[in-house]
Amino acid sequence: MWSFPLLPESASTIADKVDALFYFLVAVSLFFSLIIVIGLAFSAVRYRRGSAATRKGALDDHLPLELAWSLIPLAIALFIFGWSAKLYFEMRVPPANAMEVYVVGKQWMWKIQHPEGNREINQLHIPVGTPVKLIMTSQDVIHSFYIPAFRVKADVLPGRYTTQWFEANKPGEYHLFCAEYCGTSHSGMIGKIVAMEPADYERWLTGESQLGVAMSSDGKEVFERYGCRTCHRQDTGPRGPALDGLWGRKVSLANGETIVADQEYIRESILNPGAKTVAGYSAMLMPTYRNQLTHEQVNHLIEYLRSLGSAQNSK
Amino acid sequence: MSHSMHHGVLDVDNDYIHAGYGLKSWLLTTDHKRIAILYLISITIFFFVGGFFAFLLRLELMTPQGDIVTAETYNKLFTMHGVVMIFFFLIPSIPAVLGNFLVPLMIGAKDLAFPKLNLMSWYVYNIGGIFALYALVNGGVDTGWTFYTPYSSTYSLSNVVPVVIGAFILGFSSILTAINFIATIHKMRAPGLTWFKLPLFIWSQYATSVIIVLATPVIAITLALLLFERVMGVGIFDPALGGDPILFQHLFWFYSHPAVYIMIIPSMGVVSEIVSCFSRKKIFGYKFMTFAIMAIAVFGFLVWGHHMFISGQSVYAGFVFSALSFAVAIPSAIKVFNWTATLYKGHIEFRTPILYAFGFIGLFTIGGLTGLFLASLATDVHLTDTYIVYAHFHYIMVGGAVMGYLGGIHFWWPKMTGRMYNEAWAKFSALILFVGFNLTFFPQFVLGYVGMPRRYYVYPDEFQVLNVLSTAGATILGLGYIIPMVYLLWSLRHEKSAGTNPWNATGLEWTTQSPPITHNFEQIPIVSGEPYVYHEEGKVVA
Ligand code: HEC
Ligand SMILES: [Cu+2]
Ligand SMILES: [Cu+2]
Repeated sequence: MWSFPLLPESASTIADKVDALFYFLVAVSLFFSLIIVIGLAFSAVRYRRGSAATRKGALDDHLPLELAWSLIPLAIALFIFGWSAKLYFEMRVPPANAMEVYVVGKQWMWKIQHPEGNREINQLHIPVGTPVKLIMTSQDVIHSFYIPAFRVKADVLPGRYTTQWFEANKPGEYHLFCAEYCGTSHSGMIGKIVAMEPADYERWLTGESQLGVAMSSDGKEVFERYGCRTCHRQDTGPRGPALDGLWGRKVSLANGETIVADQEYIRESILNPGAKTVAGYSAMLMPTYRNQLTHEQVNHLIEYLRSLGSAQNSK
Repeated sequence: MSHSMHHGVLDVDNDYIHAGYGLKSWLLTTDHKRIAILYLISITIFFFVGGFFAFLLRLELMTPQGDIVTAETYNKLFTMHGVVMIFFFLIPSIPAVLGNFLVPLMIGAKDLAFPKLNLMSWYVYNIGGIFALYALVNGGVDTGWTFYTPYSSTYSLSNVVPVVIGAFILGFSSILTAINFIATIHKMRAPGLTWFKLPLFIWSQYATSVIIVLATPVIAITLALLLFERVMGVGIFDPALGGDPILFQHLFWFYSHPAVYIMIIPSMGVVSEIVSCFSRKKIFGYKFMTFAIMAIAVFGFLVWGHHMFISGQSVYAGFVFSALSFAVAIPSAIKVFNWTATLYKGHIEFRTPILYAFGFIGLFTIGGLTGLFLASLATDVHLTDTYIVYAHFHYIMVGGAVMGYLGGIHFWWPKMTGRMYNEAWAKFSALILFVGFNLTFFPQFVLGYVGMPRRYYVYPDEFQVLNVLSTAGATILGLGYIIPMVYLLWSLRHEKSAGTNPWNATGLEWTTQSPPITHNFEQIPIVSGEPYVYHEEGKVVA
């Protein structure tokens, strides 16, 4: 019980890189703290009132010194900034081959679904050695998906997708915390990340306890049930654009901009169709599904549209 | 009432304390010194209320599970702790008490430029306070002092509206004080007192006032928008109503980051006065010190986005805010180096105020350096919203701002009250504070690094030991705040008179009697020399 860690576990490819920077910062901090503490202590003792030490040559201004203690810290600061910015870029931009998992946060639980259909609550099973990208949204307030052992964290916002990625490199169970205060049971919005050897993960994914159907098949069902097909027909009917091949394609909008069709774009097209209108179509036509579809159903639709084929057929 | 005749002061009875008797003479006063005392009383009450909340929080955190309060109460306690300490104590602390008292005295003026506005500011402050207390009595508020939407605008069932109205009103009291300081410092300096002869305390009040005037309206508007959304359902922040989910954070931090400087810059001013006085040396690099203060004030407006590196802000915005945050660390470093250099080859006398100044420099240095961990993008991802953030900003706000405030109180207490205090007790409590503070907050650095999120009512077992240490420290810290209350109040009746200038300090405030007369000076002083003339050609000016 009285064993307690002073260092966090390290279980992702990024963790050691973050720690290296962290310890560099610790070293810089120690260095400057020592300069100040030794400086203060030295003067306090040697130049205490009444001491015999000579005060000859006492200064109250010295330009070279001022420049030194402005510019040297500035140089160190810029160095840290550069190092950190590069690493941050790496943390924020997921590799193209990342496997994707959908996360929906709500007061006070994490609902997770793998594209293969497996659903989890407050748990996330992942394979080690594979980059995993989370596509996250909240159905109420702001939450934050935090895995200390992986040194990653990202806010989970209502009304928008945010993403984060990581690659576990050590099998084990790790804390999952909600890090953004979200109301009464904020500290209960916790769970665990189970990182498994790839073979174990495959077994888990297809195991008998997993009753789900692939998200895309659920999505197909939603697509039929909510009458999307009446407008979005294969043969490019009179009303809406065809949706196969949409995923990953550049869409030209009525306002002249182009945008790549990704999760965020499709989500917005379904929930807030007025926001971005496809060139050549009427903005008024597509109804909003904001209060009809759950966040999970929207995720299912996205996976369905994605299964209809993508622009880069390689993927 | 006994008054000793001292130092050729003929009529001690017309000092500002004895200029009138009875409650009314205080509640309707326009004397900046009396208003400072009124503020001192108000903020001290709020300080102990906020401190009591903190104590309950630390008590609850002794064990991993919930024991003495419910989760809901816990959330309300940390919210009210933050709201009270930040809005009702730290922001007004030095400006409204020491600034009010000293700005006219230090520049050789009879009062502030707008004495009635000054009194109004105290009333506005208290009206804000009444709203907050009403919310408290009515069941509290649980949004966190940051009021993030859409939790605060849509989901929280607690008293968001009165607290937000309270904070909104309170902002105007800061604005009134700030306008007063700006006008006074521009227009009412004694003849000969040019800008670069001003004590750094005045520069710090000036910089703070500029920030307050520019930033506070933004938080007022933000809080008003929050009320529109909560009360009338106007969709601004809540995506369910068509709002933007992180707009609130941009607006909130656009004020609240500069607010950090509103809290710390005045303390920097105090520390400069103390360090110079008790080392009998001119402040090192005076001009750099003034530039540094103004640089902090200006750059402070450009870094708000460093609170949002994981909020879904773009990567490139992150780069900009991070780089600027590193830049704003430089003027703070300049200040710390200059204080240290001031002491070098001085004649350091260990009276109580300089102990606080030493505490300030050490703790502020740690607080500032740990800020780099959070300004740095990649480490911030892991560290933000954990206990490291608590530790970092308490090193700045408590180790820095509160230490500076207490140092200032101990430095100018003789001037404000005409009395000395028991220095043995004062030094002892400074030590207690220093030890208690570090024991409370240092373990929180470690807690944050191992991953304990902030605002957690229950937590995994492995974090317990560090939490127990922190609670033990908080108990000692609490003691360190109670002791000064006792010996300072005691001094009013029982300690010896201070005389005009007990520390042999320079500065115009020390040329008039203690406590000063209502109009501060018998004659408006004329200034010819530089500030901080503590040493001339190698010999100490005693
Ligand atoms: C009443 C006809 C109608 C229905 C029903 C309808 N849509 Fe649409 N949809 C449109 C039109 C018209 C557009 C193009 C104009 C625009 O972008 O708003 C469109 C655009 C889209 C787009 C963007 C396509 C592109 O090429 O960029 C997506 C994705 C989409 N709809 C999905 C759906 C889904 C999923 C449903 C069912 C839940 C649905 N729509 C139901 C008419 C409809
Ligand atoms: Cu939460
Ligand atoms: Cu900030």
